[in-house]
Amino acid sequence: MIDAAALRGRRDRADRSFRGLAIGAAATVLLVLGLIAVTMTARARTVIGELGVSFFTSSRWSPADGLYGALPFVWGTLYTAVIALVIAVPVSLGVALFITEVAPRALKRWLIYAIDLLAVVPSVVFGLWGVLVLSTVLPRSFLAAGVVLAIMIIPIITSLAREVLETTPVADKEAALALGATRWEMIGASVIPHSKGGIVGAVMLGLGRAMGETIAAALVIGSATGQITLDALAPGNSMPAVIANSWGEADTLQRSALIALAVLLFAMTIVVNLIATTIVQRSMRRARGTV
Amino acid sequence: MNVAELRAKPSWRSVKSHLMTGLMGLALLVVLAPLVSVLWSISSRGLGIVTSAFPAFFTAEIPQISRAAGPGMGPAIVGTLMVTLGATLVAVPLGVLGAIYLHEYGRAGKFARLVRFMATVMTGVPSIVMGLFVYVMWTLRFGYSAFGGSLALACLMLPIVIASTEQMLRLVPDHLREAAYALGTTKSRTILTVVLPAALPGIVSGSLLAVARAAGETAPLLFALGLGATAYNAHFFDGINTALSQQIFVNATSSFAGAQERAWGAALTLVVLAFSFSVVARVFVHARRR
Amino acid sequence: MVAESIQAARTVAPPRVRPTLTTVPDAAPTVFDLTDVEVFYGSFRAVRGVTMAIHKNQITAFIGPSGCGKTTVLRAFNRMHDTTPGARVAGKLRYHGVDLYDPEVSAVEVRRRIGMVFQKPNPVPKSIYDNIAFGPRVNGVRERGKLDAIVETSLRSAALWDEVKDRLSASALGLSGGQQQRLCIARTIAVEPEVVLMDEPCSALDPIATARIEELMRELKSRFTIVIVTHNMQQAARVSDRTAFFSTELDSATERRTGTLVEYDATAKIFSNPGDQRTENYITGRFG
Repeated sequence: MIDAAALRGRRDRADRSFRGLAIGAAATVLLVLGLIAVTMTARARTVIGELGVSFFTSSRWSPADGLYGALPFVWGTLYTAVIALVIAVPVSLGVALFITEVAPRALKRWLIYAIDLLAVVPSVVFGLWGVLVLSTVLPRSFLAAGVVLAIMIIPIITSLAREVLETTPVADKEAALALGATRWEMIGASVIPHSKGGIVGAVMLGLGRAMGETIAAALVIGSATGQITLDALAPGNSMPAVIANSWGEADTLQRSALIALAVLLFAMTIVVNLIATTIVQRSMRRARGTV
Repeated sequence: MNVAELRAKPSWRSVKSHLMTGLMGLALLVVLAPLVSVLWSISSRGLGIVTSAFPAFFTAEIPQISRAAGPGMGPAIVGTLMVTLGATLVAVPLGVLGAIYLHEYGRAGKFARLVRFMATVMTGVPSIVMGLFVYVMWTLRFGYSAFGGSLALACLMLPIVIASTEQMLRLVPDHLREAAYALGTTKSRTILTVVLPAALPGIVSGSLLAVARAAGETAPLLFALGLGATAYNAHFFDGINTALSQQIFVNATSSFAGAQERAWGAALTLVVLAFSFSVVARVFVHARRR
Repeated sequence: MVAESIQAARTVAPPRVRPTLTTVPDAAPTVFDLTDVEVFYGSFRAVRGVTMAIHKNQITAFIGPSGCGKTTVLRAFNRMHDTTPGARVAGKLRYHGVDLYDPEVSAVEVRRRIGMVFQKPNPVPKSIYDNIAFGPRVNGVRERGKLDAIVETSLRSAALWDEVKDRLSASALGLSGGQQQRLCIARTIAVEPEVVLMDEPCSALDPIATARIEELMRELKSRFTIVIVTHNMQQAARVSDRTAFFSTELDSATERRTGTLVEYDATAKIFSNPGDQRTENYITGRFG
């Protein structure tokens, strides 16, 4: 005779605790993101309490006078990121299209390896190269930082764009070719409309990465304070760069200001990444749906 | 009809198509040029110091005065290995467990979808923010240590490990799970003895790629390891430490030739280290396919 | 109904398929002239020994079991294999006497003259209007008025105008399968090709949509030369003037199956009095 207890089983408990462990591990993601927001905001309160809104609106950053305005660094971050995108987007799309539409199969594999290799080179090595090699032709400036950042986000945009481009159904491409389209007209009629969403998402992810990339920018941007200028050849500064470069000699208030900058940077990149992730996921789903 | 009629007309259309194909090839050169330049610089300038002071470059302590020429990078190499290993030990189990939750338990549930989405967002958190976060959470309380660096790198690795592991779990066919269930195996045992082994090569390779990325990170270490360490420090949880990436950063801006040379040597070492992780990862992927 | 009769033809005691056309104008000029055409994928020879002539303003049907290479040969006619890595065409494939695989011949020019309709309807992810206008546009037609006229006549020719005239700017992906396929036909004839190749154009469609496409083909015959690959013997019998039967044979050297042309003749002859036992077996359903 079987009773309920026999079917309930002894091993239930082990099963349930494993599940709990797994949930806990998954929740770490939320925990870390939450803690970043909470603990760092708490630290940043010191400087906000001292300076109020002027931290966000002032363009003067003068530790000697206890003045901390974030604007020049926000400007530097956005400006270098935009320069990086202007360089990286056409290049990445060109390479992704070359790999998917032009390269013979044997070459294709090697090109993918090369792009992956570029992604594995540590950013500090690019920084070193920027300081000691690139600077002989391009002095440290917004532009130099933009160039190095571009090199660093090209593999990200290229490989994402390549994945999206490859989902274009062969039937769509043949439709255009059978009408007498050239390769470029086929790309314009079939490949690009099909991949638009994913490409926009890939570019947004690249933007997020360019905004947060620290070390390479810190080494080549020139570390000038307070520059809000369109002159791309002027030495400048960005949020991650100023944090990395001035943390060492900073006092309590300045450290609070640097943490506040980090919180601001965190918020900016999170917004960019939220948008990017949403776009990418939606377009991937659509691409899969129509195939 | 003759051949001439079917010949490509010298029209703007075909010119444009060829032009655009040419531009794509040009884009490729634009990408390969810096890659070649970087690899050329680090090997030509790094090999000098590494070979002239071999094996001292890998074993000697770092000169205390940065003006001094000569080796070595021993403590930084040990530091990098220690910090990366520590990060791996934290991030890989957590990430694999998290991915197990996402794919085996949560699936398309609300919580799983949220975690999956936030993990993707987390990959985009700037490394310097992770560094400061660990500084605020750990270093301020417990002081500088290699472990702090490990924590910061682990935060960066976690979402990558989760994403790659979940992808590998997705490749494990459901009939394997059902076969185990049909034998009366519990879910946790099925996962541990059937699903994980089947996905293992992929998980290892994904994790190694995350390790390769983490080993080269600099920004998160700046606030955790402390500055100025030149000697070996085997204490994982205690005392200032250093790493290759940090040494490159510090020496890059030095105006002394000796320091710059050490930076190139360290860069060569670091790149070889990162590349070998990713090569091993690729080997695992290929082993899986076979 | 049609589907049922296909079944019947394939299985037990099939009624002999009777072609509806009985006479073929033999004097029609030659459009394609094939001599010993072979197609390779890498080192694998997919088709060999195709020698035939395709005549102007006729419908030529390719029939045969799967893997016999009929689609492979069709795609050689408009250089579609150029896009497949490793694919190669050997032998002589002449179009009005010009070798299509002459290095000087441009695939783009070839495809403008030789259009193709695919097995699965494949409108590009754009509006109905843009799908039709794409071909004329790449060929240099810019004026809106002219494009409008082309779009309308093409859609009328494809018997689709009345169904879509009020939503030309809507996405082509919103049309039904049968409508999409007629859109693809309209798109193909909008560039006024001489030849229309059709690769099993009805295999993804229901019997009613299939009947409409067949009707359309008979109408278009006066303006275009049509080559159609079909799995459906009745369809070949109903619409075509000439039929080519392809089959597979074991290549003794490689131990792989290679497609080959078995018999090519007037459709009436193929279906009533085939010259080859293999054709006879296939059309009577005894094919193993």
